[in-house]
Amino acid sequence: MSLSLDIRHRQGSFTLEAAFTSSGRLTALFGPSGSGKTSIVNLIGGLICPDEGRIESEGRVFVDTAHGVFLPAHRRRIGYVFQDARLFPHMSVRQNLGYGRFFTPPAERYADMDAVVDLLGIRELLERRPGNLSGGEKQRVAIGRALAASPRLLLMDEPLASLDDARKAEILPYLERLRDESKVPVVYVSHALAEVARLATDVVMLAEGRVTASGPVDAVLARLDILPPEQEREGGTVIEARVVSHEGGLTVLRSAAGEWRVPGKAESPGNRVRLRIRARDVMIATERPRAISALNILEGRIVGISGLPRGDVQVGIDCAGDTIQARITGFSAQALRLCPGMRVFALVKAISLDPGAVA
Amino acid sequence: MEWLALSPDEWNAVRLSLKVSAWATLVSLPFGLLVAHLLARGRFPGRSLLNGIVHLPLILPPVVTGYLLLLGFGRRGPIGHVLEQAFGIVFSFRWTGAALACGIMGFPLMVRAIRLSVEAVDRRLEAAAGTLGAGPAWVYLTVTLPLILPGVIAGMILSFAKAMGEFGATITFVSNIPGETQTLPSAIYTFTQVPGGDFGAMRLTLVSIVVAMAALVASEVLSRRVSRRMDLA
Repeated sequence: MSLSLDIRHRQGSFTLEAAFTSSGRLTALFGPSGSGKTSIVNLIGGLICPDEGRIESEGRVFVDTAHGVFLPAHRRRIGYVFQDARLFPHMSVRQNLGYGRFFTPPAERYADMDAVVDLLGIRELLERRPGNLSGGEKQRVAIGRALAASPRLLLMDEPLASLDDARKAEILPYLERLRDESKVPVVYVSHALAEVARLATDVVMLAEGRVTASGPVDAVLARLDILPPEQEREGGTVIEARVVSHEGGLTVLRSAAGEWRVPGKAESPGNRVRLRIRARDVMIATERPRAISALNILEGRIVGISGLPRGDVQVGIDCAGDTIQARITGFSAQALRLCPGMRVFALVKAISLDPGAVA
Repeated sequence: MEWLALSPDEWNAVRLSLKVSAWATLVSLPFGLLVAHLLARGRFPGRSLLNGIVHLPLILPPVVTGYLLLLGFGRRGPIGHVLEQAFGIVFSFRWTGAALACGIMGFPLMVRAIRLSVEAVDRRLEAAAGTLGAGPAWVYLTVTLPLILPGVIAGMILSFAKAMGEFGATITFVSNIPGETQTLPSAIYTFTQVPGGDFGAMRLTLVSIVVAMAALVASEVLSRRVSRRMDLA
C-alpha cells in the first residue's frame, strides 16, 4: 500500500503537525498518550477534517484542503476498528458483520465472509448479541466487521488497550494472520512497544503532535534516544527468526546472526517468529566468555556507538547481518575501550527473552 | 349489569376519541422526531426559545391554548384561513380541530421522551456506521432510529394517552358537538351537567380507565421487548 499524509490540525491547545509516508503492510503509529495517534487515524478515517493538509491512500485523495477536497468517511472504503469495539447493540453478531458488506458495491466485495469468520474464530458467536460477549470476543467481531466490508485500508485504534493480558494474547495471533494473509494494509495505533515490535512492519513514532521517526520497525525501535521515556527500557532489537527445534525445554531459533535459545516452546519448527531483544538485556564481552550461564553468545562487529541520556551508551553490533543493540553504562564502554569496528561478543540471557518477546 | 352497555352516542364518543388520539399521535410524530433531534443535537440561536414554545402547552392553562388555537386556526384566523383556501382543511368545530388540539397538548410529552432517547444514543456508534460505508440517511435508519425506538414508542403512548384525556383546549377550540367533536372527556363532562347522567358518566369513566390501562400495559410490553432485543440474545 501507500499512504501519505501531511497535515496541520489544531484541537484546543494541541497542535498536530505530522507528515509521513508508509508502504508497509502494518504501519504502527506509536507514541505516548496525547501524542496525536488517535487524531491521525481519525483524520485518515474521515471522522475529523484537518485544518490544512493532504491525505492520500493508494492514489485516492481523502483530503486536500488546498483544493477543497474532503471525502466523507462513508465513501473512503476504510475499515475502522475502535478501541471500544462499538458493535451495534441492536443487531446480532451476524448482522454486525454484514453491515459494512451491505454498503460495499458488489464489484468491490473481495472479502469472503466465511474466511473472515474463520480467521477470527467467531463462528459460534454469530447468533449472539454484542451485549453478552466478552471484551476479547467483541474486539474480534469488531475486526471482522471492518474486514467484511472489504476495506482498502484498515485502521485500528489501540484495539487491545482495553483488554487484559489473557485477552490480548488471544487476539494477537489473529492480528498476525491478518497482517500476513490479508491484502489490506493496516494502520495500527499503539502505545505499547511490545505490541508494535510484534506486529508492525513499519513504525511512525510520534511525540507531542510531531513525527519523531518513521521507517521499518527494526530501525525505529532501535532509536533508544527518542523512544517515549516510559517505553525506553523496552527498546532494542527486532529480528526475524525461524524456529529450528525444541531442546531441553527451550526453543532454538535461527536468524542471520546465528542460533538463539529462548524459553518455552510455543511455536512449531519451521515457523517464522519475531524476536525482540531489549537493549538493556544485552551484555558486551571483548573475549568469548567460557563457563557462563548466558545461552546466547553472538560474535559481531561494533557499527555504532552513541551517547544516551544519564550517561549510558548505545552500542550497535553487526552480527552477520542482524544488528543487535546493546545499552551499557558509559563506565563499561570506557573500561572496555569500545570503538567502532571492534570485534565483540553480545551476550543475552535466554531468561531475559521472555515468551512475550517471541512473536 | 345492563347499565354497563354503552348507548350509540356513547360509542360515538369512544370511537371519536380513539380516532382523534390516533391522528393526533401519528401526525405529530414526524414533527416530534424533528424537534426532539433539533433540541437534542442542534446548536443554533433560538434553541431555548424553541424549547420554551414546545413546552408551553404543558404550562399554560389548556383553555388558553384552546383559545390561541381558535384565534390562529379558526376560519378567520391567519393560519386557518390560509389552510382552508389552499388545501380545504378546516379545523374549527371539526374532529380535525380536536386532533390538532390534542396533538399540540401531547407534543411536549412526546418531544421530551424522544429527546431523552436521542441524547442517550452513543454518537460513536453512528461514526462507526459511517466508517462502514453508511451515508447519513442510512446511519439514521439503521442505527439511530432503532436505538431511539423505545423512546419513540414511549413518546407516542404518552401523546396518545394525553390526547385521550384532553379536555380544556379541545372544548375551547372546537366546542362539544356530539358525533363531531364530543370526545370521551367532553361526553363525561356533558353527563355530569345533566340530571340522571351519573350512570353514563360512570360507564365512560370505566372506558377511560380501561383505555389508559391498556396504553400503559402496551408501553410496558413494547419497551420490555425492545430492551430484551438490545441486550440479550
